[in-house]
Amino acid sequence: MAAVLTRDIVKKFGEVSAVNGISLTVPDGEFMVLLGPSGCGKTTFLRIICGLEKQTSGDLLIGGGVVNDIPPRARGVAMMFQSYGLYPHYSVRKNIAFPLRTQRVPNAEVERKVEWASQLLGIGHLLDRRPRQLSGGERQRVALARALVREPTALLLDEPLSNLDAKLRASARLEIKAFQQRVGVTTIYVTHDQVEAMGMGDRIAVIDHGRVCQVGTPTEIYDDPADRFVATFVGTPPMNLVARNGGYLGFRPENFLPKDMIDDGEAFTEFSFRVDRSEYLGSERIVYGTIEGFDPNQVITAKLPPAHVAEESIRPGEWHPYAVRNSALRHFNKDGKRASR
Amino acid sequence: MVTIAEPIAKPASRFRFILDRRDVLGAIFVAPAILYVLLLVGVPLLLAMYYSVSAYTIYDPSWSFVGLANFEQIMENPDFLRTLTNTFVFTFGSQFLGLILGKFGALLLLRPFPGRKIVRALIILPWAVPVALATVAWQWMFDSLYSVINWTMIALGIISRSEAPNWLGNPQLAMLCVIVINAWRFFPFAIVIFLAGITAVPQDVIDAATVDGAGFWRRNYQIIVPMILPIVTIGLIFGIVFTFTDLSIVFLMTMGGPVGATSVLGFEGFQVGIVSGDVSHGAAISLFMLPVLFVVVILMLRFIRRREI
Repeated sequence: MAAVLTRDIVKKFGEVSAVNGISLTVPDGEFMVLLGPSGCGKTTFLRIICGLEKQTSGDLLIGGGVVNDIPPRARGVAMMFQSYGLYPHYSVRKNIAFPLRTQRVPNAEVERKVEWASQLLGIGHLLDRRPRQLSGGERQRVALARALVREPTALLLDEPLSNLDAKLRASARLEIKAFQQRVGVTTIYVTHDQVEAMGMGDRIAVIDHGRVCQVGTPTEIYDDPADRFVATFVGTPPMNLVARNGGYLGFRPENFLPKDMIDDGEAFTEFSFRVDRSEYLGSERIVYGTIEGFDPNQVITAKLPPAHVAEESIRPGEWHPYAVRNSALRHFNKDGKRASR
Repeated sequence: MVTIAEPIAKPASRFRFILDRRDVLGAIFVAPAILYVLLLVGVPLLLAMYYSVSAYTIYDPSWSFVGLANFEQIMENPDFLRTLTNTFVFTFGSQFLGLILGKFGALLLLRPFPGRKIVRALIILPWAVPVALATVAWQWMFDSLYSVINWTMIALGIISRSEAPNWLGNPQLAMLCVIVINAWRFFPFAIVIFLAGITAVPQDVIDAATVDGAGFWRRNYQIIVPMILPIVTIGLIFGIVFTFTDLSIVFLMTMGGPVGATSVLGFEGFQVGIVSGDVSHGAAISLFMLPVLFVVVILMLRFIRRREI
């Protein structure tokens, strides 16, 4: 296990730059999530860490040493791929043993390690099957076992849950997280799914256009977004942003409430909200509309707890008094960066 | 009341929708191919089988049945056993060489380099050039007096003029020559097969092997080659069947010589059955390929099924 540190990593493919100077520190044992839209460079960055791509410039340190010119096989990192990359012609046992075989680990040791990894992931009964005879969830466990079997310095995961169905994904999320905590391996996890990022990461690095926009705990990312991109990329529905005084004012939909629901005496800012449409989603109600004095074409959303909302405060086509607690307002300057509070 | 639908008019005849039936349409489409195979493969095969158990020659076209006498006679002939051995050496030698060339060619052509598309097109030439044309060129290269290979070696000082090999005059060298020519003809096909196979291996699998610590050789021989083995075996089956039954290179190059050193089954069958007019023995020699190829193909297909991934 080791810390992973990058200094100003740049990767250019011809004229196009995929990674634009990422400096990131992942301490030993941390679960770091790289979150960003597709094409933002997060996968390229991961491939640079494991050595499948070479950075155009910048330094990569694993366990304190610079590994820029060290080939993948000597870096000691393990990677789990989006489609798992299992070897179809090998049994599960041989798949898991492969990283040990390449290191010329003695047979007895290989057997012991394979046993350990397969017990850890509960795939002991699958050892003699071929990958094509496994379900998606089982393949994922095999890939994880293969990644862990040689006790890597760091574990890199590239969208490992995207090939699973929704139900399996939820349970696999819990499993990977619990398992990472048990083993304590430094983990870098790439995803475009904010639910995975928020739910699993010790810290999240939000990436856009090959740059890190913000690094922080899930709470920091959600409550104190560093710029407009983070504010709108994280959260469903995203943060409302309205232009004001040459900058932007942001507030989360769940903080935008009918005025009479704010009754704790805290200071608030009032808006006149015209409801256009509302969606009842069971545990919540999403209300769409516009607010007076701002761009009439900009859709503002409010996320309300259905049980506590009076019918008359969401009636469509009418203006209603809504408000946001001042503590929940976020200010951004005209470049979209977070202004001081 | 509103009429929702007019009743459907009765079909004019029961054959009106006959072409909409899958079974009928399928049979119509497949019929030409079946007819072709029956007439051009089935009938000659049956005819050859009949000839091989008769005493038919072009001088005495009697259809008298002689049982397996023809087979017994050719089996007793030591020349025939030699021909059979030659056929195996020729087939497996040239396939082996062709596969190795194909693998290396494919690896080279996978890497991007300037002019790759032109090279990819040119490399198909040995396969596309008419065999007669190509063999004439090779004949000059292996000529006893004007061999450009010998001239080059002499000029480089590797051999002296007096010890220049007589390529087509020495039995072993002559066999080597026809093997090399056939491998040269086969290797573009092998390259295409290998290229198709290697490009079909998912990049994730190769990347996983790289991260798992496998270097170039291990990636190639423990991951890529086993994964493309089924498709390569299919290519090899084609190669073996075509080479085993081939007579063109031997016919054009050595005429089976020197003293039968390069005679193969196809050539021998042609010589005996057509040139000498002994149709029944020629048919027996040619039919000998059938069980041999049958066994080889069955074994290889079983191997593929077991390897299937």
